[in-house]
Amino acid sequence: MELIFEKSIEGRTGFCFGSSDVPDKAQISEKYLRQDEAALPETSELDVVRHYTRLSQRNFSIDTHFYPLGSCTMKYNPKFTEMLSNLAGFRNLHPLLAQLSGGERWTQGALQVLYELEGLLCEITGFSAFTMQPLAGAHGELTGIMLMAAYHKAKGNTHKKYVIVPDSAHGTNPASAALAGFEIISIPSNKEGGMDLEALKAAVNDETAGLMMTVPSTYGLFESHVSEIAQIIHQVDGIMYYDGANLNAVLGRLRPGDVGFDVMHINMHKTFATPHGGGGPGAGPVGVNEKLVDFLPVSRVVQKENGMYALNYRYDKSIGYIASFYGNFGVLVRAYAYILMLGKEGLRETASHAVLNANYIMRKLQKHYKICFDHLCMHESVFSASNQLERGVHAIDIAKFLIDQGIHPPTVYFPISVPEAIMIEPTETESKQTMDRFIEKMIEADQLSQTNPQAFKEFPKTMPITRPDEVKAARDIKTSFFQKIASP
Amino acid sequence: MNPYIANTPRESSELLKAIGVENIDALFVDIKSEHRPKSFDLPEGLSEYEVVSHITSLSLKNNIYVVPFIGGGYYDHYIPAAVSALISRGEFYTAYTPYQPECAQGTLQALFEYQSSMCALTGMDVSNASMYDGGSALYEAMMMAIRMTGRSKIIIDGGVSPIYRKIIKTYTHHLSYEFQETPVVHGQSSREEINRLLDTNTAAIILQNPNFFGAVDDFTDINEMAHQKGVMAIVSVYPISLGLLKTPASMGADIVCGEGQSLGLPLNFGGPYLGFLCTRKKYIRKMPGRIVGETVDSLGRRSFVNTLQAREQHIRREKATSNICTNVSMCAIQAAIFMAMVGKSGLRQMAHLNVAKAEYAKGLLSKIKGVEVKKSAPTFNEFTVHLPKDASVVIENMMDKGFAAGFALGRYYKGLERYLLVAVTEKRTKDEIDRFAKAMDEVLWS
Amino acid sequence: MEIEDSFLYTKEHEWISIEDNIATMGITDYAQDALGDVTYVELPEEELEVEQFEQFVSVESVKAASDIFAPMGGRVVEINRKLEDTPDLINKDCYGKGWIAKIEVRDMDESTELMNAEEYRNYLESLAH
Repeated sequence: MELIFEKSIEGRTGFCFGSSDVPDKAQISEKYLRQDEAALPETSELDVVRHYTRLSQRNFSIDTHFYPLGSCTMKYNPKFTEMLSNLAGFRNLHPLLAQLSGGERWTQGALQVLYELEGLLCEITGFSAFTMQPLAGAHGELTGIMLMAAYHKAKGNTHKKYVIVPDSAHGTNPASAALAGFEIISIPSNKEGGMDLEALKAAVNDETAGLMMTVPSTYGLFESHVSEIAQIIHQVDGIMYYDGANLNAVLGRLRPGDVGFDVMHINMHKTFATPHGGGGPGAGPVGVNEKLVDFLPVSRVVQKENGMYALNYRYDKSIGYIASFYGNFGVLVRAYAYILMLGKEGLRETASHAVLNANYIMRKLQKHYKICFDHLCMHESVFSASNQLERGVHAIDIAKFLIDQGIHPPTVYFPISVPEAIMIEPTETESKQTMDRFIEKMIEADQLSQTNPQAFKEFPKTMPITRPDEVKAARDIKTSFFQKIASP
Repeated sequence: MNPYIANTPRESSELLKAIGVENIDALFVDIKSEHRPKSFDLPEGLSEYEVVSHITSLSLKNNIYVVPFIGGGYYDHYIPAAVSALISRGEFYTAYTPYQPECAQGTLQALFEYQSSMCALTGMDVSNASMYDGGSALYEAMMMAIRMTGRSKIIIDGGVSPIYRKIIKTYTHHLSYEFQETPVVHGQSSREEINRLLDTNTAAIILQNPNFFGAVDDFTDINEMAHQKGVMAIVSVYPISLGLLKTPASMGADIVCGEGQSLGLPLNFGGPYLGFLCTRKKYIRKMPGRIVGETVDSLGRRSFVNTLQAREQHIRREKATSNICTNVSMCAIQAAIFMAMVGKSGLRQMAHLNVAKAEYAKGLLSKIKGVEVKKSAPTFNEFTVHLPKDASVVIENMMDKGFAAGFALGRYYKGLERYLLVAVTEKRTKDEIDRFAKAMDEVLWS
Repeated sequence: MEIEDSFLYTKEHEWISIEDNIATMGITDYAQDALGDVTYVELPEEELEVEQFEQFVSVESVKAASDIFAPMGGRVVEINRKLEDTPDLINKDCYGKGWIAKIEVRDMDESTELMNAEEYRNYLESLAH
């Protein structure tokens, strides 16, 4: 499709600013001004509306398609939360108002949302306090690891060097720990998909700063030795980090704070149904127990004796500012609304049906695809397309087949430790009918791999494009309408 | 209880039967009884209208009815209705990261257009597909410079937003990098002091235009000094100002970043916002974050994909250029639509209106007894005034008269308690500015 | 998998060919096959001093990035600049035109740490099991 720049017609405008109602004198001297005009598109409002409406139609989304993307929890995003985050009283609220002297008076509603959401998250997870500031899950991870570092520094644990990460972890775990200055030790999984306790014991020593763990794991399994693992780490004064990527599976069934974890982050766009936005914005609040609470970033929202909510910046041991303001407020409001609506029972049912649906798909497909761990799964199941590969059909080929069937493919090639991985997470919001259709199409793909494996190379055929040449994209880099870069 | 669950009780039983377990609890056998929650004392669920009513009432406890003259890097610009309408399409906001390009061309092309517009705006060769916000973009720019130079000292100009400086301080302190601040003298960056501190251990000099006090500068000379010592020049910019002001590229900046909220995003009490990061083409592989590239499909048709992913955490793990996983695609697309709506001449016009209205406000305020408008440097749409009283007190009194008068510099700068930072965007009418000046006079003198 | 009989090999799948005190190095057929289409090679600076088994190059494909280690220590005397524009030489001719760097070797004894073709062939077989 043409770019908006290619629809540009010299002299056309999409928006009229009107004439100035104040005296107009040129004030800034030439030396500070740009010589050219920024070459933005010149289009009418209708041009823009048609262009971006058409572009939107070139996407699969939850609103339009089943989207069982494992590890991403693509559940339905309720419309009323969207409406609430767009209320004028939130949308038009300037963040610095709250920082003026007496400013909390003008921002009470927003501060109350943050304060109450913190309380709800504490009760859901079993932690003592949360910071709402991290702007995404990975930002939360970095914040959490910095809290871990601050804890060791305050205790004089200068010898702490290593963070232990299971090999099944998301890539963000080792990347976050490395950014915070730690070295990474990767622990292999045992054949049941759990953590290899002997390998863990062998790796843990006085230099262990902590362990990062996703529960349930990215294999979709619950680690039943979680207390023992916590004990091993705590014996050397290590910190237990809970990656909340898969929290959706255990809402009301397990609280990380109860089973030995010291710090966690929550991906609001997964568990609490805020939209993924085509890849953000997210929100990654970080919860801590008493061990780490003093180190939380500033500001923190407090309730004063007179009932007023206020920002407090006075925490001596705080790691400081990790974000400009109070978090992705627009995202947090949506999560707050979602939690209030579901309440205690609704949240428990969320986990129940997420796990029910995932197991249903697993059972139905395990005759056709190699299952990695023959065990009840939690919110997602991991298959390997290794049988199909013997016929020359890769996991990615099956993914492309599904696209032609109007289904967004599951996650493929993750976890990286599973060859030809296909990771399926239906979420609680999908119906049996939708899942049955998906199952049917997956079985069809398997059958086609037996009868005509060559056919897969052409999928998808019904989309605006066929498979793009990613090698060309990386070799002949072009990332802007204006630039053609010959291999830098 | 949970209206978003589709399974009826009968269907749930069918699913359980297919799985071969008695009930839902049986699916959770791996969670031993000692691991069960010690408490789960949450409120009972509510109906949609009860939640709407509660949260709407909270939104009304925020005072958004005052006329805003507050900025500090975040501005009350007009957002054309078409921008909000288009970005509220579920096809955009309920999609995820475009892992499967064939069914995500909408997101990918829109991000490519965003990258292109950011290049047009800043004059740089390449832009990534966005970062969390202006503060995190600055942090990532700093880390990029540290990686590229292998050096460990950061110089940051006092004119850079104090909020950003605090963020940078948190991370540099934590990672044991050296952090030096240079002063602002008469509203502008101190060339002398920067030159004194620049050395061959410096990874980057960080500057901001216009600076936090509103002053417009031309950093060409500073960037040259930096380059002589092999130092990367990072410039944070306010994108709307680029409708008029010299681009950071033409000043010789190596990395350009900033807060993109002003490009069609609401104030949202601090987020979600939009961080942008642009650089020169030769540094593209060192740039963190997602990047969309153009290629062709198997039939030779133009296609867009996430490219240069080998730098990213899901492949590089602990060796990645950054730990970030998501960007803020939706905000970037919103900005792309805004820039298309406003367009080439519109952006210049918008920038021009901001300057004209700010100058008008300056003129009126400087006529008030005891109010001094700092004139040492040109300004864009924000400027500093010296008041005969504590700015915090004046702001509180102005609130009662219906104005958010600005930001009290004393909040972040010791000794500047009587300074007020005033922002005037295209949305402020002559009448509002007239009433603002009148109210200020009354607050100060009656 | 092709293996050059006269070359020496590392466990990280680099090859080295020594003539006088100059060693030419690159990655093996096995490595290029595992990486897939190479899109970029980050070459070292000439004159760089490297230790044996120190990481000094990285090779990127669409789906992976791989660190390349110096098979022997010494000074980098020449780099294959053709890889800047045509990184696919590594895929097309990994033992020839796809060479990466030439190192002036400091200590010939370091070669005892490397495998000969026979040993490397056995090593690859052991990986397959």
